[in-house]
Amino acid sequence: MKAFLKHLRYVLTENPVTLVAGSMFLMLILLGLFGPWIVPYDPLASSPAALQPPSAQHWFGTDQLGRDVFSRVIVATRLDLTIAIVAVALSFVAGSVFGSIAGFYGGWADRIVGRVTDTIMAFPLFVLAMGIVAALGNTVENIVYATAIINFPFYARVARAEVNVRRGAGFVQAARLAGNSDLRLLATQIYPNVLPPMMVQVSLNMGWAILNAAGLSFIGLGVRPPTPEWGIMVAEGATYIVSGEWWLALFPGLALMLAVFCFNLLGDGLRDLIDPRQRT
Amino acid sequence: MANRSTLALIGGRVLQAIPSIAGVIIVTFVLTRALPGDPAVYFAGPAADAASIEQVRQALGLDRTLPEQFLIYLGDLARGDLGQSISTGRPVVEELLRRMPASMELTLLALLFSLSVSLPLGILAATRPNSWIDHLCRVIVTAGVSLPVFFTGLFLVYIFYFILGIAPSPLGRIDIFYLDPPKITGFFTIDALLDGDLDTFGAALSQLVLPAITLGLFTLAPLARMTRGAMLAVLSSDYIRTARASGLSRSTVLYTYALRNAMLPILTTLGMVFSFMLGSNVLVEKVFAWPGIGSFAIEALIVSDYAAVQGFVLAMAFLYVALNLIIDILYTMVDPRIGLEG
Repeated sequence: MKAFLKHLRYVLTENPVTLVAGSMFLMLILLGLFGPWIVPYDPLASSPAALQPPSAQHWFGTDQLGRDVFSRVIVATRLDLTIAIVAVALSFVAGSVFGSIAGFYGGWADRIVGRVTDTIMAFPLFVLAMGIVAALGNTVENIVYATAIINFPFYARVARAEVNVRRGAGFVQAARLAGNSDLRLLATQIYPNVLPPMMVQVSLNMGWAILNAAGLSFIGLGVRPPTPEWGIMVAEGATYIVSGEWWLALFPGLALMLAVFCFNLLGDGLRDLIDPRQRT
Repeated sequence: MANRSTLALIGGRVLQAIPSIAGVIIVTFVLTRALPGDPAVYFAGPAADAASIEQVRQALGLDRTLPEQFLIYLGDLARGDLGQSISTGRPVVEELLRRMPASMELTLLALLFSLSVSLPLGILAATRPNSWIDHLCRVIVTAGVSLPVFFTGLFLVYIFYFILGIAPSPLGRIDIFYLDPPKITGFFTIDALLDGDLDTFGAALSQLVLPAITLGLFTLAPLARMTRGAMLAVLSSDYIRTARASGLSRSTVLYTYALRNAMLPILTTLGMVFSFMLGSNVLVEKVFAWPGIGSFAIEALIVSDYAAVQGFVLAMAFLYVALNLIIDILYTMVDPRIGLEG
């Protein structure tokens, strides 16, 4: 543990970018948790002051209904992060379970899981997500499921490969000879070793999950107006871009970009922390 | 003999695509049957009464068992029948085919742009590590994957249309003051050139530039990253050192020896890039009101026109499988070492 903390400090100080990304991540989480209580205006309350450019009262200006863009962008953090985190958590769990089984037992289990992941990957992933939402129904939950399904192959493949190389390792054989069941072997001996690469996959994947979910709501799926959400806010603001009201789309777009950027940097940093050899 | 084995390899690749196609067909079948509620009610449309719903149920074979329905579905696919679009009242295949050239023109130009920037950028960054171009490459690579494609598109519109006024308004493939060029290939730019109409060509091209750059920017990052990485790996190998030591010219070493070997991982990345591209194509088409199959799918989604959406998903998946097949075949031709099992 001490060695880990030392390594953590080394990575953070060696690469200030990771430190910045870490603080940004913390800020996003705080905004997600406390956003609704710290914003200056009600994100849903309209006012006569419509389409005002950014000013001291309205830092990010107001939208076509006079709602405060700053408040809406902050409040949207929770919904956007929740969709991405729940989707990634679902595919993480499903990918871990099925990937581990495929990697551990091989044979039929491996072939079935491999076929399923190959089939998902045979689609352009965003298009598959559109199709899933269209079939299951146009709701926020289905955006989450669709995002989880298109991310599943990445986790299943990592878990399968990492379990597969370890299933015959010395420490696993020793644990098996000591009388442990397959399930215990997987859970207590093999999987803890698979966790680091899986975590890297999570942070590299999170940004993409946010982009995907925002893309789906940008084309009008899932989140309904007037709910504040970055993708739909950019979509609403798009109409006003051609007449010069840039702040409607710029700020939610920037928030989206910063969140994705932060997760991508964090993913690279985490990879350095866990596997220094893969550093590029 | 060598030719024959290459042909055999290509044939093998084509066979390997069959499971993907089967998977795609099964998934789209399941998606149509997984509709909430009764599919017959959806396909009959909102104004249908009980009798016409029953009629639709029989016409679609929804009163049969699932395996029977699947066979009917396969039969329909084989005849190229993807059902009727409720929103336009015409066959989905017809709608998709009519809009396909617009999407293809956009995607191909975007790919051309993306490749013509990312390959030189990656090569330059790899040959001059830690120079400004290397740093520029790293910034573009990290920022590029974080930019939501619809956001970049909107701001290119804001800058080039609203502020600078040099881009045409982001509405469709050609300005309303121009007539569509006579249809030959369906690509407006090429058709206009074939027609010898330079004005129309310019108008079509100017509409095309911003969406293509938007789409290209998004795919630039993974390609530049992979080019840089692959070139770095290849340039540090023994055979490059030998080639240099033998006194070969810099360009021979770089392009004949290094780039050809670096092409393999780049081609692999291209498969993933196509997945991104076909997906973000939908978003770019919405931003620029581009009349391609993506816009068609979005309109269909909003009005719950399921046959159209499923047809779109199926068409995109087939396109993607075909593109991957082409990449695989190119791979086999670039790398003669690779066998069927490779």
